[in-house]
Amino acid sequence: MSAKGIRIERLSKRFGEGDTAVLALKDVNMHVAPGEVVGLIGPSGSGKSTLLKCLGAVIDPTSGRMILDNTVIYDDGWKVRDLRALRRDKIGFVFQAPYLIPFLDATDNVALLPMLAGVPNEEARQRALDLLTALDVQHRAHALPAQLSGGEQQRVAIARGLVNRPPVILADEPTAPLDSQRALTVIGILNDMARRFEAAIIVVTHDEKIIPTFKRIYHIRDGVTYEEAGEGRGFT
Amino acid sequence: MISLAGRDIMHAWGKFVFTGIGLGLLIGVTLTMAGVYRGMVDDATVLLDSSGADLWVVQKDTLGPYAESSSVPDDLWRSIRVMPGVAQAANATYLTMQVGKGDQDVRAMVVGIVAGEPGAPGWPPQLVAGRQITRGHYEAVADLAAGARLGDVLKIRRSHYTVVGLTRRMVSSNGDPMVFIPLKDAQEAQFLKDNDAILMQRRRTEANPAFNRPEVPGLLDAVIASQTGNSYVNAVLVRILPGFTSQEVAEPIRRWKRLTVYDRTQMEGILIGKLIATSARQIGMFLVILALVSAAIVAFIIYTLTMDKIREIAVLKLIGTRNRTIAWMILQQSLVLGVIGFVVGKISATFAAPLFPKYVLLVPIDSLLGFGAVLAICVLSSVVSIRMALRVDPAQAIG
Repeated sequence: MSAKGIRIERLSKRFGEGDTAVLALKDVNMHVAPGEVVGLIGPSGSGKSTLLKCLGAVIDPTSGRMILDNTVIYDDGWKVRDLRALRRDKIGFVFQAPYLIPFLDATDNVALLPMLAGVPNEEARQRALDLLTALDVQHRAHALPAQLSGGEQQRVAIARGLVNRPPVILADEPTAPLDSQRALTVIGILNDMARRFEAAIIVVTHDEKIIPTFKRIYHIRDGVTYEEAGEGRGFT
Repeated sequence: MISLAGRDIMHAWGKFVFTGIGLGLLIGVTLTMAGVYRGMVDDATVLLDSSGADLWVVQKDTLGPYAESSSVPDDLWRSIRVMPGVAQAANATYLTMQVGKGDQDVRAMVVGIVAGEPGAPGWPPQLVAGRQITRGHYEAVADLAAGARLGDVLKIRRSHYTVVGLTRRMVSSNGDPMVFIPLKDAQEAQFLKDNDAILMQRRRTEANPAFNRPEVPGLLDAVIASQTGNSYVNAVLVRILPGFTSQEVAEPIRRWKRLTVYDRTQMEGILIGKLIATSARQIGMFLVILALVSAAIVAFIIYTLTMDKIREIAVLKLIGTRNRTIAWMILQQSLVLGVIGFVVGKISATFAAPLFPKYVLLVPIDSLLGFGAVLAICVLSSVVSIRMALRVDPAQAIG
């Protein structure tokens, strides 16, 4: 069984102890292959954020197994030692709001990640510029976030999520602040990047406009996921 | 790796500069307070230097003539002059009072010196203009800080004195400018009573049968004459011969004349250790308070700046930024704030010091110590913010 991309098996997360314990995730299974973009949909309180935090190695699952790019990250209480480096090198994040660093220009916002990983400044900036060019915001490369439009900010944020070429990208409501056209553009970019960089992308969304674009969708309710085939419209 | 702190500072430079200026003014006050203390010490040293004395002979068991009142007979100097090792001995009086100058008056230390003996202990060693006192009465040499010019007329008690010479940095331990006048005039000024008081005293003396004896002619006049005159001075200043130590000369004076004698080191101890000790403690308290206020301001500013960046810090942590990178960013910002504050403070203190009525002496070692203290305060002040930043959960970036 391939574990390229990201695979989780029987992943559970419990908050609290005893009578007050809450089981936020119950034996969740999920696999996203490289180059694939899947949707994760569920109502508020269903466990979406908890699952995203577990996938992002921000919180530890209580039990279960998680394999990222053929590397076991969690295994029933065991976890890799340096989660910070794992997040930096293996996982890309795209948030609902871009959350760009306000005092860095677009290029340096993107180049910061490879710089943190020890890539020389010039090489990191070149990598950032290449991505900004791919996302068609190269003309705003030296603009501060406050000088960018919402769509430009989101594209810069996507570039930041991709710059270290992580095998997994987690996108949390990436189209929420955008209109229909821009939302579809962003999803198009994510699909394009998934193919180009062989990244497994999980998009958490409520956005009705983009749900039909996924080929596969994971629904989550009360901490339990189930999978269904999506329509996969618009992107091939 | 780019400097996150540097970029943040450049991005919000106005906030940093204006906060730095505010902090700088506070640091400027702190440096000036230290300068005030140094100035007081320097004033005390100047007072001793300008007296030109090696020994101060004063009334037994007093801390005179500067820290306590002291009174010794004005003919004592003759017997001291012939003691072994004494090169010169001269009477001196010191009287801090308001000296009239035109329509105004100025606080000054009036020094009585023996007229016509330039170079004797107590005399102003150098003049910046004019000449030394040559006449026995009504001439004065004044310090520039008194605002006097050559030819000005100063009023001391009921007498008027023409300024014939000017000095610079001749001040008392309180920083009051010195005004030198002839000894006899100073003695008179020291004990001069108003006419009514003199009249009342004569009446009381006349009414006293012990003094007013008809069978002893001239007794009453003699008693009244002794009451109106002043044959005392505050100290005898002694310069010792080469080859003698202070102790060698002072010991016989103490033993045989039953007087208290201080050498230069002891006199410095009295002036700095006793006379300005309370002021020094006062200034020390101010320095501590100002340091605490500075620390609180830096801590508050850095805390606020960090709070403004909580979401960005969460994002930085989520994308894998090391804790030490974030801590270093906050620490750098705190240090930059301190450096801006110190530069502003040093400049403001340098320009403000001459405007103070008393001498403010800014010495490099205080600036260095101040700079070190500012950096230390900045480091300590950033600890709270760093702790807060390191506690930020990267999950906050996800929501």
